[in-house]
Amino acid sequence: MSTSGLQVSLRQRAPIPLAAELDCAPGELLALVGPSGSGKSTILRCIAGLHAAAEGAIHCNGEAWFDAAGRIDRPVQARRIGFVFQNYGLFPHLSALENVAAALGGLTFAERTARARELLARVHLDGLEQRKPAALSGGQQQRVAVARALARDPAVLLLDEPFSAVDQVTRRKLQQELARLRAELDIPMLLVTHDLDEARMLADRMVILHRGKTLQAGTPDEVMTRPASAAIARLVGLHNLFEGTLVEDGGALRLAWLGHRIEVARVDGRAGERMNWVIPSEGVLLHRQDRPSRGEAENPVSGFVQDCLRLGPFTQLRLVPEGCAEPIAFSVPTHVVARNGIAPGVRARVTLRAESIHLMPWEAPSCGD
Amino acid sequence: MDWAAWTLSLKLAAATTLLLLPLAVLIARPLLTMRPAGRLVAEGLVALPLVLPPTVLGFYLLVTFGQNAVLGELYRGLTGRSLVFTFDGLLLASLVFNLPFAVQPVQRALEAIPREVREAAWCCGLTRWQTLWKIELPLAWPGLLTAIVLTFAHTLGEFGVVLMIGGNIPAETRTVSIAIYDHVQAFEDRAAGILSAMLVAFSFAAIVLIQFLTHRIGRKEQ
Repeated sequence: MSTSGLQVSLRQRAPIPLAAELDCAPGELLALVGPSGSGKSTILRCIAGLHAAAEGAIHCNGEAWFDAAGRIDRPVQARRIGFVFQNYGLFPHLSALENVAAALGGLTFAERTARARELLARVHLDGLEQRKPAALSGGQQQRVAVARALARDPAVLLLDEPFSAVDQVTRRKLQQELARLRAELDIPMLLVTHDLDEARMLADRMVILHRGKTLQAGTPDEVMTRPASAAIARLVGLHNLFEGTLVEDGGALRLAWLGHRIEVARVDGRAGERMNWVIPSEGVLLHRQDRPSRGEAENPVSGFVQDCLRLGPFTQLRLVPEGCAEPIAFSVPTHVVARNGIAPGVRARVTLRAESIHLMPWEAPSCGD
Repeated sequence: MDWAAWTLSLKLAAATTLLLLPLAVLIARPLLTMRPAGRLVAEGLVALPLVLPPTVLGFYLLVTFGQNAVLGELYRGLTGRSLVFTFDGLLLASLVFNLPFAVQPVQRALEAIPREVREAAWCCGLTRWQTLWKIELPLAWPGLLTAIVLTFAHTLGEFGVVLMIGGNIPAETRTVSIAIYDHVQAFEDRAAGILSAMLVAFSFAAIVLIQFLTHRIGRKEQ
């Protein structure tokens, strides 16, 4: 086991079931992603020492912060964490400066004030030091919370949905600031979010959580394009999730689906095995209506356009393949839709790129997923 | 004017308030994190003086701290004074009787502080005591103020328990409310009327002061 960074292993049945394993290296930003009630915030609270799981261990830079078996549970004050709460948890009766200074114990008053000013300047709040939280905007409050979290020179930075309480424009700005700030920090950083785009944009790796269980960890691209299971594919919002069976065809394994023999670039399975498969929107290519184009021999599938949803420069299409109830969703530039006369009810053909198809072991869809 | 009764009442109210406020914080704070069953019992005990007849409370205090009771004897051994028919006993009874008036406003005020604020203080490295002193108490100030004024005003008007525990000894246990009762018994309606009117005026002023200060603090914090 690595001694640097953060290693977390937690198990409990109540109040929220947990079966979580994760690690985060120094300088790495790990996003914990999952729906509400999936245990994301509980994991952060366990790391901070605000909640003790029934079983498991938490190690940070080789130090045991929590070890249920060894009866170790260091108090929150002794863990040196920086925590940015969802609603920031600022002290409403103290100014921005005093809020940050409150986390700078063990220094003289003058040292505390100077350091707090420095930290507020780092998050671009110079000039607003004397304002109380109620006199600051949501974005400014979040910056005070970040400055305060960094004040203790933390060993781990924990961010619990730090962008959820601000408007879209402020969110983008704060996300950029966090991206810049994190480059300067050489500590493990954990970001709890239910926003996949946010995780994709900011995180080096992400962990998918469902009902307290860590289902998959990997880079955002890995998780989003190669989910380990159909349940994860659903959790990360992948649309084109289908079922098929592997068959031997001309000496190679192919995927039997609706009478097609789908060619897949990477196959891990045996002939006769039932599989779930997924293809991201960008792996579906629309054929030109007037003349054939290159690559049309690759997994061609025909169907009827179910709907066209124009979203600015792109249009989202749903094509129902012949013999299938589930549509294939993909996006094309809006001008392509117009040029090819694509409209609901029109017959169209697409290519499913063999390289983009990802196979997963078959599992029955469970209720509530 | 019975100035001795006023002096005694004000002295009793001030001493009760001063001693009860820290006690109320020490009782109210653990109630926040107590398990529901224990909390229910504790809250019930604190609220009991609200519904008990003062005579019942006085009776039990007499039984507990009287001449032949263990605690009464212990107190006498330690201080050389008795708890019955003395100012000390009056103060003790007053502390018990005012418990809900002090604990409940403090408890409500502490409960109103968001959990995140308290936890953020711990994450900043503040100990539980530092968090109470630097974060929770300044934020619970309107509740503390309510507790101060309610306890003070309520002590001034106390009658039943005072009579049971203290009796009616001038300058020792004869408070304003006892003096009013004495005057009425002696058909001195004018003296009783003046004392009663003063008590009404004082209590009204106290309530107005609470509301004024609470609003002012609320505005300042925004």
